[in-house]
Amino acid sequence: MVAEPSPQDNILLDVRGLKKYFPIQRGLLRRTVGYVKAVDDVTFFVREGETLGLVGESGCGKTTAGRTIIRLYEPTAGSALFKTRLLSPDGSPQMVDLLKADKQQLKLLRQEIAMIFQDPINSLNPRMSVSDIIAEPLVIHGRGKGPEVEEIIVNLLERVGLRPEHMRRYPHEFSGGQRQRIGIARALALNPRLVICDEPVSALDVSIQAQTLNLLQDLQADFNLSYIFVAHDLSVVQHVSDRVAVMYVGKIVEMADAEELYINPLHPYTEALMSAVPKPDPLYKSERIVMQGDVADPSNPPPGCYFHPRCRYAVDICSKQTPEFRELRPDHFVACHRAEELQLRGV
Amino acid sequence: MSSGDTLVEVKDLKVEFDVREGIIKAVDGLSLTVKRGRTLGVIGESGCGKSMTARAILNMVPKPGKITGGEILYYRQVGGNGKPLITDVINITKLDPDGELIRQIRGGEIGMIFQEPMSSLTPVYTAGTHINEAVTLHRLIPIRKVGDQLVETIQAHRKVSKQEAREIAIEMLRKVGIPKPEQRVDAYPHQLSGGQRQRVMIAVALSCEPKMLIADEPTTALDVSIEAQILDLMRELQETVDMAIMFITHNLGVIAEMAEEIVVMYMGKQVEQASAVELFYEPQHPYTRALLQSIPHVGKKSRQRLASIAGMVPDPFHLPPGCVFHPRCSSFMPGKCDVIVPGWKQIGPNHWVRCLLYEEV
Amino acid sequence: MAQATTKGASETKKQVSQSYWSLVWWKFKKNKTAVVGGIILIVFYLCFVGLAEFLAPYSLERRSNYTEAPPQIIRFIDAQGKFHLRPFVYGLEKHIDQETRKRTFKEDPSRVYPIYFFVRREPYKLFGLFPTDIHLFGVDESDPAASIFIMGTDSNGRDYFSRILYGGRLSLMIGLLGQFLTLLLGCVLGVISGYYGGATDMFVQRTTEFLNAFPDIPLFMALAAAIPKHWSPVTVYFMLTIILAFVRWGGLARQVRGLILSLREREYVLAARSAGASDARLMFRHLLPGTMSHVIVIATLSIPGMILSETALSWLGLGLRPPLTSWGVLLQEAGTVYAIRYAPWLLWTIPFLLITILAYNMLGDGLRDAMDPYGGR
Ligand SMILES: Nc1ncnc2c1ncn2[C@@H]1O[C@H](COP(=O)(O)OP(=O)(O)OP(=O)(O)O)[C@@H](O)[C@H]1O
Ligand SMILES: Nc1ncnc2c1ncn2[C@@H]1O[C@H](COP(=O)(O)OP(=O)(O)OP(=O)(O)O)[C@@H](O)[C@H]1O
Ligand SMILES: [Mg+2]
Ligand SMILES: [Mg+2]
Repeated sequence: MVAEPSPQDNILLDVRGLKKYFPIQRGLLRRTVGYVKAVDDVTFFVREGETLGLVGESGCGKTTAGRTIIRLYEPTAGSALFKTRLLSPDGSPQMVDLLKADKQQLKLLRQEIAMIFQDPINSLNPRMSVSDIIAEPLVIHGRGKGPEVEEIIVNLLERVGLRPEHMRRYPHEFSGGQRQRIGIARALALNPRLVICDEPVSALDVSIQAQTLNLLQDLQADFNLSYIFVAHDLSVVQHVSDRVAVMYVGKIVEMADAEELYINPLHPYTEALMSAVPKPDPLYKSERIVMQGDVADPSNPPPGCYFHPRCRYAVDICSKQTPEFRELRPDHFVACHRAEELQLRGV
Repeated sequence: MSSGDTLVEVKDLKVEFDVREGIIKAVDGLSLTVKRGRTLGVIGESGCGKSMTARAILNMVPKPGKITGGEILYYRQVGGNGKPLITDVINITKLDPDGELIRQIRGGEIGMIFQEPMSSLTPVYTAGTHINEAVTLHRLIPIRKVGDQLVETIQAHRKVSKQEAREIAIEMLRKVGIPKPEQRVDAYPHQLSGGQRQRVMIAVALSCEPKMLIADEPTTALDVSIEAQILDLMRELQETVDMAIMFITHNLGVIAEMAEEIVVMYMGKQVEQASAVELFYEPQHPYTRALLQSIPHVGKKSRQRLASIAGMVPDPFHLPPGCVFHPRCSSFMPGKCDVIVPGWKQIGPNHWVRCLLYEEV
Repeated sequence: MAQATTKGASETKKQVSQSYWSLVWWKFKKNKTAVVGGIILIVFYLCFVGLAEFLAPYSLERRSNYTEAPPQIIRFIDAQGKFHLRPFVYGLEKHIDQETRKRTFKEDPSRVYPIYFFVRREPYKLFGLFPTDIHLFGVDESDPAASIFIMGTDSNGRDYFSRILYGGRLSLMIGLLGQFLTLLLGCVLGVISGYYGGATDMFVQRTTEFLNAFPDIPLFMALAAAIPKHWSPVTVYFMLTIILAFVRWGGLARQVRGLILSLREREYVLAARSAGASDARLMFRHLLPGTMSHVIVIATLSIPGMILSETALSWLGLGLRPPLTSWGVLLQEAGTVYAIRYAPWLLWTIPFLLITILAYNMLGDGLRDAMDPYGGR
């Protein structure tokens, strides 16, 4: 985590110190009176061909982080090195900072990074037919013409389990799950290498969720895709992810191999999260750890560790000093003062 | 159980979409009963008509859909406060969808939390739209503050002053776990995260203390800890105001936790109905079984493929003959399932199933 | 079974989907008031703009000796109570009022002029293209005293019905043309202002505020006064359209901007952006179409304002000048107590104006409801 990754490593994306503050404006003159620290010093990396799960409280900045990386939002600070062959003249791999790429570079790079959005209907233009929606990235990047594009679309639709005749329909004619698959087909249109999946399966029913997860895994195997996979369903995250990062109020508090994280969580927030997972068993008595107090406010976070007001293990130091994000065990990173001493319960 | 317990009774409901290619039977002969203070879970394939059933109960099936058959009886209790309770039976399907009565019921007596909060945002926000109607129809208006929208909705259904309504709004926002609700009431919808918007809509639905809550995938956008908090909040309200809940979700974990009774739907029909415990422990319909097998279980880590149901949902214009599930069924009986339409059969004291495995033919 | 499949096959052939606009149309059709409004407008535009020459028995400037003659009523039954299949009018007879020393006209039942249809009179070009001389109706002009003024004549002896038809052409066109310019200006500036924000937005916003803050009429007056007197009436007409558009684009631009601000945050816009779409593509393929429904409604509802502004300006004598004739010009001529007292038929312009405005409002209201087809129930 210390050395800058070189193009020879199998690191595809290396994000360091990423910050995104949204100004809070008040009054007639739109004076900035403060900032929502939606993403506040986030550091993580994604290896080639792996899936990094990203979980955390709703509103903790997962979407913002994803969007800042592909520059839908202008970053406040940080770097995001992305390994690509597109920008070097001889086609050799090179680490390019996405956050500093200029307009033209960015357009090229966007062929390699796609996004699947959280809200399946809102992310489809209601005025465009399904074929226009899926064809859009192809058209933007001048890939193929008329019948070729059509063929690609038919292919994509079949891959995501829709029918070719759905092409002429409009998004509002589909159910939630079908809409999301249209979004997935669009994301895959340019054969990207990194797909940021922002809750791609939240709106899907379990059998299509299973199909979609299988599909995403097949595509990963076929094209060596990498995913950043944001989801709330921890069982799904565990199923698809190689590694999982846990976010709390704009910061990553823990990151580890999926199995390790679920069995041996090192951060109290992860523990609380794990305890709240609903089990598909009506007789199961939940032993949920109830977090006290208010959810932290990203515009005015508490001093020290952001989680301390709700943490049942909090001690003095927690409210004074920001814990360092450190590698406690091999490949297991955590930001908690008491990580060494606590014995936390996994699932 | 006397009929006094029944709050909403759906009888042989049919909802059809008349699109140019033909007619889509989104809901095809569905019957269910929602009891006061109890929770009914509805699960099933995407597109099987869960949301349409929910919308039908509020008489707000979107165009070009229409309720083409059956009835929905709402047993409305009037009186109270010393006066004797009278139960008024209202057939919701017969009401004028823009009428005064249904507007009172919507949002006021039957609250709802719909899938995808910002999604149904109108392409046009017309100045004439009443805020509270937009919000009860589950749209946040993009250019108005969240708080103003909440306040107007509360005022439309409860007799409170503007100031009180604002306090209720803030209190509800706090209860659904929105940080700094005093400040967030003045935020615009796009300034909230997906889950926060969803929680605003939950706050709207619960703020009117409805007799029944229709929750259509209320927590899919939320993380597990807030999900748990909101489920707790719903149960708490269920106890204090004897609220009935119709809970629609894909998350089998949530449904196991919330529902007492579960309906499984496939292609507009219910295929199995049982108490939660029975359904999870002794599922009878092959579809239910397949459904239960296709979820990943936390703790059991395997990079194996998930079991998924083979094939696709049939094209609504070319429904397979016989049992509509037979092309995907693992217990398919040739010569039987593709010919005979299965009936609704009771196989236990509180267990129904629609499958030829349990029928003598 | 076989039957069912063939039926299914024929159904799949009609793979027409319900696009947004087809849904809008479908919903619009159900609103009877709006459809009536729409039909009225189609008929009006057809009659006034397309077929004025054909419908008018006389040309715009054709003067007769009958000044301020009252309308000649179209009759089927004559003084003897006999029914005629062919409608006719009575001739006009001059009277001198002994008290006021005023010359007036009265219908004279002894002279009967039958009305003929598709008569050949003054030549004109239909739709400005096809030379013809056929008019819808007229009387036999071999008798020089014969005339047909179904809405009377003005102080120059010109047929008022013909003048209303020609005047309607300019008034209706100025509404449409002006609104079109407004739309163009309003949409483009609104989209740019909303999309880019920052300094561009500031500039556009302040300009619209400046324009909105001005009371309409003085602004019109100032601008209209700036039009050189020696310009030809047609140039004045176009200038006037441009002035009207220029004064009115601000409101629309603000509305469009507001919509763009909210649409900009929609995920489908982000999705296109994340695929690398250019600014122009985002603005004109994703954002602007999203505002179109709204814009059309606003536009429809503000065309009457446009027509009325022209009318008001012309009435004030600042707008169109004779020989150009619009409803405003006609009203100006009629706008004296004298006219109302002695020649009330000169107020015939008003019902036409009112019906047009009403029809636009009916249409606009219907469009507003129809444009939101997914919403509602
Ligand atoms: N455009 C914006 N302006 C101001 N604040 C914003 C904006 N977008 C997001 N925020 C704030 O930033 C924080 C993070 O939002 P984000 O959408 O990234 O959350 P999230 O982790 O994706 O949550 P969810 O799981 O609910 O989707 C939230 O507190 C939100 O209110
Ligand atoms: N506007 C429409 N036009 C045509 N068909 C529609 C329309 N809206 C919904 N449908 C159809 O109605 C059926 C039922 O839809 P519904 O939204 O109830 O599904 P659902 O069970 O809620 O699915 P999900 O779990 O994905 O939300 C679907 O097959 C869908 O294709
Ligand atoms: Mg999000
Ligand atoms: Mg649904």
